[in-house]
Amino acid sequence: MSFEAFLIVSAILFCIGLYGSLARRNVLAVLMSIELMFNGVNVTLVAISKYLAPAALHDDISSVLTGQVFAVFIITVAAAEIALGLGIVFAMYRTNETVDLTEATELKH
Amino acid sequence: MLFQDIVFWILSVMAVGAALGVVLVPDLFRAALLLAVVFVAVAGFFILLSAEFLAVVQVLIYVGAIAILIIFAVMLTRDVKHGNLPNRLQIPAVVFATLLLATLVTVAVDTEWNFLPAEQQERVDLVQTGAVTTLTGDLLTESGVAVEDQPEVQKAGLADLLIGDFVLPFEAVSVLLLAALIGALALVRPSPGSRRG
Repeated sequence: MSFEAFLIVSAILFCIGLYGSLARRNVLAVLMSIELMFNGVNVTLVAISKYLAPAALHDDISSVLTGQVFAVFIITVAAAEIALGLGIVFAMYRTNETVDLTEATELKH
Repeated sequence: MLFQDIVFWILSVMAVGAALGVVLVPDLFRAALLLAVVFVAVAGFFILLSAEFLAVVQVLIYVGAIAILIIFAVMLTRDVKHGNLPNRLQIPAVVFATLLLATLVTVAVDTEWNFLPAEQQERVDLVQTGAVTTLTGDLLTESGVAVEDQPEVQKAGLADLLIGDFVLPFEAVSVLLLAALIGALALVRPSPGSRRG
Protein backbone atom coordinates (compact mmCIF):
# COMPACT_ATOMS: atom_id res chain seq x y z
CA MET A 1 0.00 0.00 0.00
CA SER A 2 2.49 2.59 -1.16
CA PHE A 3 1.88 6.19 -2.13
CA GLU A 4 2.32 5.32 -5.81
CA ALA A 5 -0.37 2.63 -5.57
CA PHE A 6 -2.89 5.23 -4.42
CA LEU A 7 -1.84 7.57 -7.23
CA ILE A 8 -2.23 4.82 -9.82
CA VAL A 9 -5.68 3.76 -8.59
CA SER A 10 -6.88 7.36 -8.62
CA ALA A 11 -5.40 7.87 -12.10
CA ILE A 12 -7.33 4.80 -13.29
CA LEU A 13 -10.56 6.17 -11.76
CA PHE A 14 -9.94 9.56 -13.40
CA CYS A 15 -9.26 8.07 -16.84
CA ILE A 16 -12.30 5.79 -16.71
CA GLY A 17 -14.35 8.88 -15.88
CA LEU A 18 -12.71 10.79 -18.72
CA TYR A 19 -13.53 8.03 -21.19
CA GLY A 20 -17.12 7.89 -19.94
CA SER A 21 -17.66 11.64 -20.14
CA LEU A 22 -16.29 11.78 -23.69
CA ALA A 23 -17.88 8.69 -25.18
CA ARG A 24 -21.37 8.33 -23.69
CA ARG A 25 -24.54 9.67 -25.26
CA ASN A 26 -26.79 9.72 -22.21
CA VAL A 27 -26.36 12.94 -20.24
CA LEU A 28 -26.82 11.10 -16.93
CA ALA A 29 -23.98 8.72 -17.82
CA VAL A 30 -21.80 11.76 -18.51
CA LEU A 31 -22.68 13.27 -15.12
CA MET A 32 -21.85 9.97 -13.41
CA SER A 33 -18.48 9.85 -15.20
CA ILE A 34 -17.71 13.38 -14.01
CA GLU A 35 -18.39 12.23 -10.44
CA LEU A 36 -15.88 9.40 -11.01
CA MET A 37 -13.27 11.97 -12.03
CA PHE A 38 -13.98 14.05 -8.90
CA ASN A 39 -13.44 10.97 -6.75
CA GLY A 40 -10.15 10.11 -8.44
CA VAL A 41 -8.86 13.62 -7.77
CA ASN A 42 -10.01 13.48 -4.13
CA VAL A 43 -8.11 10.24 -3.51
CA THR A 44 -4.97 11.84 -4.98
CA LEU A 45 -5.28 14.92 -2.77
CA VAL A 46 -5.80 12.95 0.44
CA ALA A 47 -2.95 10.55 -0.42
CA ILE A 48 -0.63 13.50 -1.01
CA SER A 49 -1.61 15.06 2.30
CA LYS A 50 -0.85 11.78 4.10
CA TYR A 51 2.45 10.82 2.50
CA LEU A 52 4.23 13.96 1.34
CA ALA A 53 5.89 16.60 3.50
CA PRO A 54 4.47 20.11 3.00
CA ALA A 55 7.00 22.95 2.91
CA ALA A 56 5.44 24.57 5.98
CA LEU A 57 5.64 21.39 8.09
CA HIS A 58 8.14 22.76 10.61
CA ASP A 59 6.22 25.97 11.26
CA ASP A 60 2.72 24.56 11.38
CA ILE A 61 1.79 20.91 11.88
CA SER A 62 -1.77 21.58 10.65
CA SER A 63 -0.41 22.13 7.12
CA VAL A 64 -0.60 18.34 6.74
CA LEU A 65 -4.38 18.78 6.53
CA THR A 66 -4.29 21.03 3.46
CA GLY A 67 -5.06 18.16 1.08
CA GLN A 68 -8.11 17.22 3.14
CA VAL A 69 -9.34 20.82 3.06
CA PHE A 70 -9.05 20.79 -0.74
CA ALA A 71 -10.99 17.53 -0.85
CA VAL A 72 -13.75 19.11 1.28
CA PHE A 73 -14.01 21.96 -1.23
CA ILE A 74 -14.13 19.53 -4.16
CA ILE A 75 -16.92 17.53 -2.52
CA THR A 76 -18.89 20.75 -1.97
CA VAL A 77 -18.43 21.87 -5.56
CA ALA A 78 -19.42 18.39 -6.75
CA ALA A 79 -22.66 18.65 -4.77
CA ALA A 80 -23.42 22.04 -6.36
CA GLU A 81 -22.53 20.66 -9.79
CA ILE A 82 -24.80 17.66 -9.50
CA ALA A 83 -27.72 19.80 -8.28
CA LEU A 84 -27.40 22.16 -11.25
CA GLY A 85 -26.61 19.34 -13.67
CA LEU A 86 -29.73 17.40 -12.78
CA GLY A 87 -31.76 20.63 -13.03
CA ILE A 88 -30.49 21.04 -16.59
CA VAL A 89 -31.21 17.37 -17.33
CA PHE A 90 -34.82 17.76 -16.21
CA ALA A 91 -35.26 20.99 -18.19
CA MET A 92 -33.82 19.22 -21.25
CA TYR A 93 -36.06 16.19 -20.75
CA ARG A 94 -39.10 18.43 -20.46
CA THR A 95 -38.43 20.29 -23.71
CA ASN A 96 -36.87 17.49 -25.80
CA GLU A 97 -38.42 14.32 -24.31
CA THR A 98 -34.93 12.80 -24.45
CA VAL A 99 -31.69 12.79 -22.47
CA ASP A 100 -29.52 11.97 -25.48
CA LEU A 101 -26.68 14.47 -25.82
CA THR A 102 -26.35 14.01 -29.58
CA GLU A 103 -29.92 15.29 -29.97
CA ALA A 104 -29.37 18.43 -27.89
CA THR A 105 -28.62 20.67 -30.85
CA GLU A 106 -30.89 23.70 -30.29
CA LEU A 107 -27.95 26.07 -29.90
CA LYS A 108 -26.34 24.88 -33.14
CA HIS A 109 -28.88 26.21 -35.64
CA MET B 1 0.57 -3.43 7.56
CA LEU B 2 -0.30 -6.66 5.80
CA PHE B 3 -3.96 -6.29 6.76
CA GLN B 4 -4.01 -2.77 5.33
CA ASP B 5 -2.48 -4.05 2.10
CA ILE B 6 -5.21 -6.67 1.72
CA VAL B 7 -7.91 -4.05 2.39
CA PHE B 8 -6.25 -1.72 -0.12
CA TRP B 9 -6.27 -4.35 -2.88
CA ILE B 10 -9.87 -5.36 -2.19
CA LEU B 11 -10.94 -1.70 -2.32
CA SER B 12 -8.92 -1.08 -5.49
CA VAL B 13 -10.48 -4.00 -7.34
CA MET B 14 -13.91 -2.90 -6.10
CA ALA B 15 -13.39 0.73 -7.16
CA VAL B 16 -11.88 0.04 -10.59
CA GLY B 17 -14.30 -2.78 -11.42
CA ALA B 18 -17.35 -0.78 -10.40
CA ALA B 19 -16.03 2.30 -12.24
CA LEU B 20 -15.64 0.25 -15.42
CA GLY B 21 -19.18 -0.96 -14.85
CA VAL B 22 -20.45 2.64 -14.56
CA VAL B 23 -19.20 3.52 -18.04
CA LEU B 24 -19.82 0.16 -19.76
CA VAL B 25 -23.06 -1.30 -18.36
CA PRO B 26 -25.92 -0.62 -20.80
CA ASP B 27 -28.58 -0.31 -18.09
CA LEU B 28 -28.29 3.15 -16.54
CA PHE B 29 -30.00 2.14 -13.31
CA ARG B 30 -27.36 -0.54 -12.69
CA ALA B 31 -24.66 1.97 -13.60
CA ALA B 32 -26.00 4.35 -10.93
CA LEU B 33 -25.92 1.55 -8.33
CA LEU B 34 -22.34 0.69 -9.33
CA LEU B 35 -21.48 4.38 -8.92
CA ALA B 36 -22.58 4.09 -5.27
CA VAL B 37 -20.18 1.12 -4.94
CA VAL B 38 -17.33 3.30 -6.24
CA PHE B 39 -18.22 5.99 -3.69
CA VAL B 40 -18.14 3.45 -0.84
CA ALA B 41 -14.77 2.12 -2.01
CA VAL B 42 -13.38 5.66 -2.11
CA ALA B 43 -14.66 6.19 1.44
CA GLY B 44 -12.64 3.09 2.35
CA PHE B 45 -9.56 4.66 0.74
CA PHE B 46 -10.08 7.76 2.88
CA ILE B 47 -10.10 5.63 6.05
CA LEU B 48 -6.89 3.90 4.91
CA LEU B 49 -5.38 7.36 4.40
CA SER B 50 -6.36 8.38 7.97
CA ALA B 51 -8.95 10.89 6.76
CA GLU B 52 -11.90 9.62 8.79
CA PHE B 53 -13.85 12.88 8.58
CA LEU B 54 -13.68 12.84 4.79
CA ALA B 55 -14.80 9.20 4.76
CA VAL B 56 -17.91 10.15 6.74
CA VAL B 57 -18.54 13.16 4.48
CA GLN B 58 -18.07 10.94 1.43
CA VAL B 59 -20.70 8.47 2.62
CA LEU B 60 -23.12 11.23 3.67
CA ILE B 61 -22.85 13.42 0.59
CA TYR B 62 -21.89 11.06 -2.23
CA VAL B 63 -23.64 7.83 -1.27
CA GLY B 64 -26.45 9.46 0.67
CA ALA B 65 -27.26 12.42 -1.55
CA ILE B 66 -25.58 12.38 -4.96
CA ALA B 67 -26.09 8.68 -5.77
CA ILE B 68 -29.73 8.85 -4.66
CA LEU B 69 -30.31 12.02 -6.73
CA ILE B 70 -28.82 10.33 -9.80
CA ILE B 71 -30.96 7.23 -9.27
CA PHE B 72 -34.05 9.46 -9.05
CA ALA B 73 -33.01 11.23 -12.24
CA VAL B 74 -32.47 7.90 -14.01
CA MET B 75 -35.92 6.71 -13.02
CA LEU B 76 -37.64 9.99 -13.95
CA THR B 77 -36.01 10.25 -17.38
CA ARG B 78 -35.93 6.57 -18.25
CA ASP B 79 -34.88 6.20 -21.86
CA VAL B 80 -35.62 2.52 -22.41
CA LYS B 81 -35.25 2.78 -26.17
CA HIS B 82 -31.64 3.93 -26.13
CA GLY B 83 -30.10 2.92 -22.80
CA ASN B 84 -26.47 3.90 -22.32
CA LEU B 85 -25.11 4.00 -25.86
CA PRO B 86 -21.64 5.17 -26.88
CA ASN B 87 -21.36 8.07 -29.33
CA ARG B 88 -19.14 8.46 -32.39
CA LEU B 89 -16.19 9.57 -30.26
CA GLN B 90 -15.67 6.17 -28.68
CA ILE B 91 -12.32 5.23 -30.26
CA PRO B 92 -10.69 8.68 -29.82
CA ALA B 93 -11.94 8.69 -26.23
CA VAL B 94 -10.36 5.30 -25.51
CA VAL B 95 -7.07 6.39 -27.07
CA PHE B 96 -7.05 9.72 -25.23
CA ALA B 97 -7.91 8.18 -21.85
CA THR B 98 -5.29 5.43 -22.25
CA LEU B 99 -2.57 7.92 -23.21
CA LEU B 100 -3.44 10.13 -20.24
CA LEU B 101 -3.40 7.09 -17.93
CA ALA B 102 0.02 6.04 -19.24
CA THR B 103 1.35 9.56 -18.66
CA LEU B 104 -0.07 9.80 -15.14
CA VAL B 105 1.27 6.38 -14.14
CA THR B 106 4.72 7.20 -15.53
CA VAL B 107 4.81 10.46 -13.62
CA ALA B 108 3.61 8.78 -10.41
CA VAL B 109 6.26 6.06 -10.60
CA ASP B 110 9.20 8.12 -11.89
CA THR B 111 8.96 11.21 -9.70
CA GLU B 112 11.26 11.51 -6.68
CA TRP B 113 8.61 12.31 -4.09
CA ASN B 114 9.54 14.34 -1.03
CA PHE B 115 8.12 11.95 1.58
CA LEU B 116 7.37 12.85 5.17
CA PRO B 117 10.28 12.05 7.48
CA ALA B 118 9.57 8.82 9.35
CA GLU B 119 9.91 10.47 12.76
CA GLN B 120 7.12 12.91 11.88
CA GLN B 121 4.73 10.25 10.57
CA GLU B 122 3.20 9.42 13.95
CA ARG B 123 2.45 13.05 14.84
CA VAL B 124 1.03 13.66 11.35
CA ASP B 125 -1.22 10.60 11.60
CA LEU B 126 -2.47 11.85 14.93
CA VAL B 127 -3.29 15.29 13.54
CA GLN B 128 -5.02 13.84 10.49
CA THR B 129 -7.09 11.23 12.34
CA GLY B 130 -7.91 13.72 15.07
CA ALA B 131 -8.96 16.31 12.49
CA VAL B 132 -12.36 16.81 14.06
CA THR B 133 -12.07 15.32 17.53
CA THR B 134 -10.83 16.94 20.69
CA LEU B 135 -7.80 14.91 21.64
CA THR B 136 -7.43 14.61 25.38
CA GLY B 137 -4.04 14.96 27.02
CA ASP B 138 -4.02 11.35 28.23
CA LEU B 139 -4.62 9.98 24.73
CA LEU B 140 -1.81 12.12 23.35
CA THR B 141 0.60 11.04 26.08
CA GLU B 142 -0.22 7.39 25.33
CA SER B 143 0.50 8.04 21.65
CA GLY B 144 3.92 9.38 22.53
CA VAL B 145 3.38 13.10 21.98
CA ALA B 146 5.54 15.18 24.30
CA VAL B 147 3.61 17.37 26.74
CA GLU B 148 4.98 20.60 25.29
CA ASP B 149 3.74 19.61 21.80
CA GLN B 150 0.21 18.82 22.93
CA PRO B 151 -1.41 22.28 22.60
CA GLU B 152 -0.15 22.49 19.01
CA VAL B 153 -1.63 19.11 18.06
CA GLN B 154 -4.92 19.85 19.83
CA LYS B 155 -5.30 23.17 18.03
CA ALA B 156 -4.68 21.76 14.58
CA GLY B 157 -7.82 20.61 12.85
CA LEU B 158 -9.89 20.89 9.72
CA ALA B 159 -12.19 23.43 11.31
CA ASP B 160 -9.27 25.69 12.27
CA LEU B 161 -7.98 25.59 8.71
CA LEU B 162 -11.42 26.12 7.16
CA ILE B 163 -12.17 29.26 9.12
CA GLY B 164 -8.52 30.31 9.36
CA ASP B 165 -6.21 30.00 6.36
CA PHE B 166 -8.96 28.98 3.94
CA VAL B 167 -11.73 31.34 5.04
CA LEU B 168 -11.99 33.08 1.66
CA PRO B 169 -12.53 29.90 -0.43
CA PHE B 170 -14.85 28.68 2.33
CA GLU B 171 -17.08 31.75 1.96
CA ALA B 172 -16.88 31.56 -1.83
CA VAL B 173 -18.00 27.93 -1.74
CA SER B 174 -20.90 28.84 0.57
CA VAL B 175 -22.09 31.47 -1.90
CA LEU B 176 -21.60 29.00 -4.76
CA LEU B 177 -23.78 26.39 -3.01
CA LEU B 178 -26.52 28.95 -2.42
CA ALA B 179 -26.36 30.12 -6.03
CA ALA B 180 -26.45 26.53 -7.30
CA LEU B 181 -29.45 25.77 -5.12
CA ILE B 182 -31.40 28.79 -6.36
CA GLY B 183 -30.29 28.10 -9.93
CA ALA B 184 -31.46 24.49 -9.77
CA LEU B 185 -34.83 25.61 -8.40
CA ALA B 186 -35.18 28.22 -11.16
CA LEU B 187 -34.27 25.65 -13.82
CA VAL B 188 -36.87 23.06 -12.84
CA ARG B 189 -39.65 25.54 -12.08
CA PRO B 190 -42.49 25.09 -14.56
CA SER B 191 -42.72 27.99 -17.01
CA PRO B 192 -45.69 30.31 -16.28
CA GLY B 193 -47.72 29.32 -19.34
CA SER B 194 -47.36 25.55 -19.11
CA ARG B 195 -50.29 23.36 -18.15
CA ARG B 196 -48.16 20.54 -16.81
CA GLY B 197 -46.83 22.49 -13.83
